[in-house]
Amino acid sequence: MKRALLLLAAAFVAAPATAQTVAIVNGTVALGDGSDPVPNGTVVFRDGRIVAAGAGVSAPTGATVVDARGKWVVAGTVAAFTDLGLVDGGYGVPESNDASAASTPFGASLDVAPAINPASVPIGNERLGGVTRAFVAPRPDDSIFGGQGAVIDLGNDPDPITRARAFQFVELGERGAVISGGSRPATYAALRDAFAQAQDYRRNPSGFDGRGRDALLKRADAQALLDVLDGRTPLLVHAERASDIRAVLALPREYPKLRLVLLGASEGWMVADEIARARVPVIASALADLPASFEQVAATESNVGRLTRAGVVTAISTVGLNTAPGEHVVHQYAGNLVAIAKVPGKTGLTWGEAFAAITSRPAQAMGMDAEIGSLRPGRRADVVIWSGDPLELSSSPEAVWIDGRQQPQTSRQRRLRDRYLTPTEGALPKAYD
Amino acid sequence: MLRSGVGTAVAAALMLAACSNARPQSASAEAPATKGKGPGRNKGYSHDPFPSTYKPYPGVPTLVRNVTIYDGEGGRIDNGAALFADGKVVAVGQTVDAPANATVIDGAGKWLTPGVIDIHSHLGNGPSPQVDAHDDVNEATAPVTADVWAEHGVWPQDPGFGRALANGGVTTLQILPGSANLFGGRTVVLKNVYARTMQAMKFPGAPYGLKMACGENPKRVYGGKGRKPSTRMGNVAADRDYWAKAVAYKRKWDKYEDDGGAAPDRDIGYDTARGVLAGEILVQNHCYRADEMAIVMDMAKEFGYRVTAFHHAVEAYKIADLLKANNTCAAVWADWYGFKMESYDGIGENLALLQKEGACGFIHSDDENGIQRLNQEVAKALAAGRRAGIQISDEQAWRWLAIGPATALGIADKTGSLKPGKMADAVLWNGNPLSVYTRPEKVWVDGALLYDANDPRRRPMSDFELGQPGRENAR
Repeated sequence: MKRALLLLAAAFVAAPATAQTVAIVNGTVALGDGSDPVPNGTVVFRDGRIVAAGAGVSAPTGATVVDARGKWVVAGTVAAFTDLGLVDGGYGVPESNDASAASTPFGASLDVAPAINPASVPIGNERLGGVTRAFVAPRPDDSIFGGQGAVIDLGNDPDPITRARAFQFVELGERGAVISGGSRPATYAALRDAFAQAQDYRRNPSGFDGRGRDALLKRADAQALLDVLDGRTPLLVHAERASDIRAVLALPREYPKLRLVLLGASEGWMVADEIARARVPVIASALADLPASFEQVAATESNVGRLTRAGVVTAISTVGLNTAPGEHVVHQYAGNLVAIAKVPGKTGLTWGEAFAAITSRPAQAMGMDAEIGSLRPGRRADVVIWSGDPLELSSSPEAVWIDGRQQPQTSRQRRLRDRYLTPTEGALPKAYD
Repeated sequence: MLRSGVGTAVAAALMLAACSNARPQSASAEAPATKGKGPGRNKGYSHDPFPSTYKPYPGVPTLVRNVTIYDGEGGRIDNGAALFADGKVVAVGQTVDAPANATVIDGAGKWLTPGVIDIHSHLGNGPSPQVDAHDDVNEATAPVTADVWAEHGVWPQDPGFGRALANGGVTTLQILPGSANLFGGRTVVLKNVYARTMQAMKFPGAPYGLKMACGENPKRVYGGKGRKPSTRMGNVAADRDYWAKAVAYKRKWDKYEDDGGAAPDRDIGYDTARGVLAGEILVQNHCYRADEMAIVMDMAKEFGYRVTAFHHAVEAYKIADLLKANNTCAAVWADWYGFKMESYDGIGENLALLQKEGACGFIHSDDENGIQRLNQEVAKALAAGRRAGIQISDEQAWRWLAIGPATALGIADKTGSLKPGKMADAVLWNGNPLSVYTRPEKVWVDGALLYDANDPRRRPMSDFELGQPGRENAR
């Protein structure tokens, strides 16, 4: 058995995920599946996939053993609503912003996958913050349909795509009303008309007027919507108000194969039982507790806890909060959901549930939990060694594996920090540091 | 507010801030100048036309004992005690004798700190719900609006005040105009106590601030309208033009107030600029980039004022030495970065690097959600610093929420630490307040218990929330 010390600032070794087996031993292991963390656990992975994890797992003969005594070994975090890879300097730098398009004739067919830049600085920064996978959503601008989002990894390699066209994104609340001309009735007219046209296209593709200048729906958009209507692609629906959520939950009566996923759902707790009965998962705004709009009047920190208690698969995200691109804050948000369990009158989560809300629950919401989001056998080996409890503010990631590949423990932010540890110049300008 | 709230206002025909020509109707107004015969310095017009009517709510003498205390100035007492009475901190120490009528609270496993102070908020001016009808953050109709006062747009029923109190332990906050304009207008400091009027929230005796902004926002807002400023050059040019005129305005008014003669015309904007030049109003300057902060500090010297604090200051860490030399503070986030070009170089170690260099730095929110977790923002900044090898104690880090911002608001003699004689603004936390698992249990403002996690009657609910669907169960 080979023994390797865990080198905290180890230089990146571009080791391919070959048949090498890695066993991380002696750490507190959190699987991400909702279970509580277990002390003195082991995580074993090979060929980019988890072999076994938990207590009572031993390191296989010949494995490279990493000693994580005193550390936590946990599932990599899944950021459930991001624009990672699509923007460099946020919305103040429109030149490099591929998250939305104001003047395209296309909508539902827009596909973010080819636009993702795995070398963008935020991806490297957030990887160092323990985020290993992300859902990247196009933002609707001229159509209520934003287009097709992707599931990506944050690995330091040229291929970021875990699943292209993983979901379709649609706005069915206040934002949708603005886009579709000023009202919710206009939104629903646009939605139903788009679905009807998609079905026209299915019946008679050659007769479909999807290329004309005035066509309301392009052929590519119609095809993308057929994927939604046929249940091949989940439909991520941004809706906040309880009554809006009810309207969304009613859609399958007309379109029975829809695979709905709710985003935001600030007032979801008011209709939690209905969401649970419809078996619709939710990617919630983690801590939104203000009546930020008239569709969020009943927003509360207890929303996620109450949805979870009602049996809804509930993930959390940064939607509705000013954080972009700092997706690492979902750890802090999850910790807050544990914190409020102690506050009289509030409903929080257990630690295991809170950690699952940023790992396996997002994966489940997108129907990908057999592939990502936990350390259960067969999942992609996205593993992070943290200095301590990953939800605690004093903790930080010390080693990151994505698809079984160890990632560099550096980033542009880290380089800036090191350059300015002492602000004054030495013998040469800072540009030579 | 940093990304929204700018660039949407309608362009106005007026190029300059509106002026008032009201002339004091005093007998001496038309008299010739005679040395020493004016109304007296600062007496030519009211400097406090919207005075505070804040009155502390009643409290009871309260002793918290067996508690971990961060005093807000860097001190720590384990198993300590603190006594409040008549709205003031009476005593803090290892043991404190309680009067017979005192309410005694056992603080075992808990922490007692001064109330959290947020030097950068738009609560009230950009309240929830965030509808256009409520958006009073930016008077984005001219790049210089030194004449507007944030307090004239504060809606005291913003539900955000209550969240900041109950979840964040915030007892004092500064409301600023936004950053669309070079001279955004006057700020106001509030006690975080719901009231029917803004005046009844106003922190008694707090100096005013002047919000200024450099960088991308003003040049984008006005450049987008085809107006000056459209560049950073234009920003500084318009700033210097206004300061030069403000210096002349001050000279005229000083002379009149000292020596009498004809009263000069009033200009509400220059009143504020004059207050800055006289050291009566503190400059709170939105600025991100290190190089721009350096230019602004030179501009301040040119016209004879000092920047009290740069706000946001994501590159403060690059010029920590320069900030220290200029006695200028930086109010920063823990880890926001990359949401605009001038925030591209934001790093989590910003605050710790300032501390390492001995420069003045502390936390701020600029956000109705972030203000509910400023203690956590400090914990993140502290952890990032420790990872970089910068050793700062927990109790020193609490200065970033307490005496640091209190000093930059000019109220450090009144609040910002648990020292005898100061306002009894305090938070009892249900655990280590630098842990994510901790929340306020009790919050006092001037000794009045205004939030108690264990008492549903001690949780504020603004008028807006009253009777709203789900609201009674929403907390």
